Amino acid sequence: MIIASNVSKKFGKLKALDNVSVACNKGECIALIGPNGSGKTTLIKSILGMVVCNSGFITFNGKNILHDWQYRSHIGYMPQIGRYPENMTIGQILDMMKDIRGKKNEALDEDLIQQFKLNELLSKRMRTLSGGTRQKVSAALAFLFNPDVLILDEPTAGLDPVAAEILKEKIIAEKTKGKLVLITSHILSELDDLITQVIYMQEGQLCFHKTIEDIRADTGQEKLAKAIASIMLKEKAI
Amino acid sequence: MKKIIKYVIIDILRNKIMLAYTAFLLLISFSIFNLEDNSAKGLLSLLSIILIVVPLVSILFAAIYVYNSAEFLELLVSQPLKRKTIWLSIFCGVASSLALAFFVGSGIPILLYEATPTGFMMLGTGLLLSIIFVAIAMLATVKIRDKAKGIGVTILLWLYFSLLFDGLVMFLLFQFADYPLEKAMVGVSTLNPIDLSRILILLKMDVSALMGYTGAVFKDFFGTQTGLLVSFFVLALWIAMPLWLSVRKFNRKDL
Repeated sequence: MIIASNVSKKFGKLKALDNVSVACNKGECIALIGPNGSGKTTLIKSILGMVVCNSGFITFNGKNILHDWQYRSHIGYMPQIGRYPENMTIGQILDMMKDIRGKKNEALDEDLIQQFKLNELLSKRMRTLSGGTRQKVSAALAFLFNPDVLILDEPTAGLDPVAAEILKEKIIAEKTKGKLVLITSHILSELDDLITQVIYMQEGQLCFHKTIEDIRADTGQEKLAKAIASIMLKEKAI
Repeated sequence: MKKIIKYVIIDILRNKIMLAYTAFLLLISFSIFNLEDNSAKGLLSLLSIILIVVPLVSILFAAIYVYNSAEFLELLVSQPLKRKTIWLSIFCGVASSLALAFFVGSGIPILLYEATPTGFMMLGTGLLLSIIFVAIAMLATVKIRDKAKGIGVTILLWLYFSLLFDGLVMFLLFQFADYPLEKAMVGVSTLNPIDLSRILILLKMDVSALMGYTGAVFKDFFGTQTGLLVSFFVLALWIAMPLWLSVRKFNRKDL
């Protein structure tokens, strides 16, 4: 579905992405992991077209995304830090997004709005919201339009345990519907029952892209956190 | 595109600075027209104020607005929208609200007191200047990421167009006083939209005799139908060029 070929991106001297090639397909739930500053968010942003890569190309359903914009209607994106116009209320943001996406009458997925009880906060201005509530709005917006691809950048950071659990169940439900889910997270333990594949990045380079079964078989560890830790240790030894 | 323009305009109309700007223009215009018994003279006084205030407010307001909508832009870019559409919609929203503020603030008094060709010329150039300086601000903000630096640059740009440029032209004129520069001055004046607007209005007012021989050359060129068309074309170019450059830059910008 999404294929990135030899994507490189430089910010000044810093190589944020260095010849990254990945292929993501329908029904997969992929965890993007790696240390801080390893290029995870840059990769996500280049898939969304928010960052224009220096070389290489990305295709979505076989079409190059460079001069395309319609493909983004198949993506629901939850940013790491949700930034919204400060003067707008939650209700206005939701209405505006529905308006822009032009899907006012189509079936919307308002599960998360209800479960996060955002309906009671509709008249609150964005600037008055706490970080966690902002995250809830971002999550609700990402799932609202029933997209085929969900890109979640640190989805549970800042959410309370109840909300995080609700979000996790929602992700599993969407995964079983055959959608592609891309998640970055540093909390590996919560990824265990979500993901099917792991992409590990370091210093802008793709270290490996494996299914979780392979990783478990390779390392002999059942838990993802321990498996990744043992891989990182092994790499250091080399 | 219409939808985004709608959200931008709604957002700006709620802005108190915009209301204050309109009220300020209204106050100035009405008081000037009421102070002078001859409304043509009033127009002349209004001219100098408008040529200073309109570009300043337009360029600053547009720059600050674009910087403050960084989050909004980021949100829109991740949505299924063309970048060009997003950028042009922001431009249209800001430019039309500033033009509207100018029309309400100064246009209505001009139409009430001085609905002559000179008045219409002033109204037209005022509207164009509002839009031109929004376009220039858009170019500056897309080039410069840092807000403080960007706003500083827009202030410098305004200073350049309203003061420094005239100073440079004067300097050149005195340095090359021995050469016939009158014809060249027509070309030089197109390099600054504020000067061009001032010349267009002054020529309509028949005070061009005050400008000496250069004034006569100006009258010869700008007074004719073609001259008028050319100067409005140049003003339109002052909108189109910065806007086109900024769209090109925005298409490749990392957010």
